[in-house]
Amino acid sequence: MSVKDYLRERYFPHMWCPGCGHGTVLNSLLRAVEALGLNKNDIVMTSGIGCSARISGYVDFHSLHTIHGRALTFATGVKFSKPELKLLVPMGDGDALAIGGNHFIHAARRNIDMTAIVMNNRIYGMTGGQFSPLSGLGKKATTAPYLTIDNDFDVVELSRAAGASFVARTTTYHALEAVDLLKRAIDHKGFSVVEILSQCPTHFGRKNKEGDAVNMLELYKANTAKIGSKALKENPALLARGIFVDENRPEYCEEYEKIIQRATGGKK
Amino acid sequence: MARLKLKEHAINREWCKGCGICIHFCPKQVLELDSMEKVVAARPEDCICCKLCELRCPDLAIEVLTDQDEKNE
Ligand SMILES: Cc1ncc(C[n+]2csc(CCOP(=O)(O)OP(=O)(O)O)c2C)c(N)n1
Ligand code: SF4
Ligand code: SF4
Ligand code: SF4
Ligand SMILES: [Mg+2]
Repeated sequence: MSVKDYLRERYFPHMWCPGCGHGTVLNSLLRAVEALGLNKNDIVMTSGIGCSARISGYVDFHSLHTIHGRALTFATGVKFSKPELKLLVPMGDGDALAIGGNHFIHAARRNIDMTAIVMNNRIYGMTGGQFSPLSGLGKKATTAPYLTIDNDFDVVELSRAAGASFVARTTTYHALEAVDLLKRAIDHKGFSVVEILSQCPTHFGRKNKEGDAVNMLELYKANTAKIGSKALKENPALLARGIFVDENRPEYCEEYEKIIQRATGGKK
Repeated sequence: MARLKLKEHAINREWCKGCGICIHFCPKQVLELDSMEKVVAARPEDCICCKLCELRCPDLAIEVLTDQDEKNE
């Protein structure tokens, strides 16, 4: 299969702005799915609301474009009724960690087998550039014309503490690395989180004078480094990329199956 | 593995939005925007088939076809 075989080409060109990182996340994700040789009939993508969430319309998998913040909730329902399916759950930073924050931590805590992808552009892109729980201090947004005073979440630390058994981070500049991390996350049994920094040149970039998409990618290149690299040791201010958690822990659907067996005395 | 040899850059002009990402990060300055703000392979002979342009394109508008692709199909 080629990457295009996983696309609903009839909806292209897509709705994202020129240079929007969300398109590169889609690109990387399709390559990961292709490399794993997954059958598209075995994949379900659920998404909420946001520019990011529009991704579910472009993939030729089973897809559910649902409500803001609830992509993981719908995914949980699907996975629980059909545990044999692969669940891919891409979310915006607002979708995943503002309105959907509670769903996020509880899905992680249960360690239910699905892949959460946080398409982190540090802003509410779709609604015009309001700040999000991932914007961070001292940023400009429509709702913060005099700069934000809110601290941001660290998606990696939050996911780890909440119980995710696979946690990774990369950026849209590091597309080859993104493909690799997504492959491992999808292959992992349990709740996987992959945070991908994804540029929104239209709102975050423009308001924060980060220039165009090309310049924003240059910043991802300059401001991040691989876990264990010399660059990171020499400059701890860089944002670490790579795999932070990769553990085998009891998975929710499998544990539930055991409950069924116990309750029915093994007759089911 | 033998070195990949370029067949062509398949560029989907309907999908390309001229963001310039592929052009800026091409290690060999193979690509350019034309007068319609669409990408073209101006110096295909310099292409090393690293496929970074294809991997980073947010619009899935560029594909680097090599002699290997034919053999795989
Ligand atoms: C219940 C509800 N509240 C608010 C909204 C308005 N809304 C739509 S998208 C969005 C935020 C989008 O930001 P993010 O999730 O980061 O996605 P992005 O557009 O940046 O990719 C909001 C607040 C909504 N659709 N539904
Ligand atoms: S507003 Fe931002 S996030 Fe939305 S499509 Fe445009 S660049 Fe992408
Ligand atoms: S990265 Fe894609 S959309 Fe951007 S200029 Fe190149 S081919 Fe066009
Ligand atoms: S394959 Fe590599 S060298 Fe060739 S055009 Fe693309 S980025 Fe440039
Ligand atoms: Mg966002």
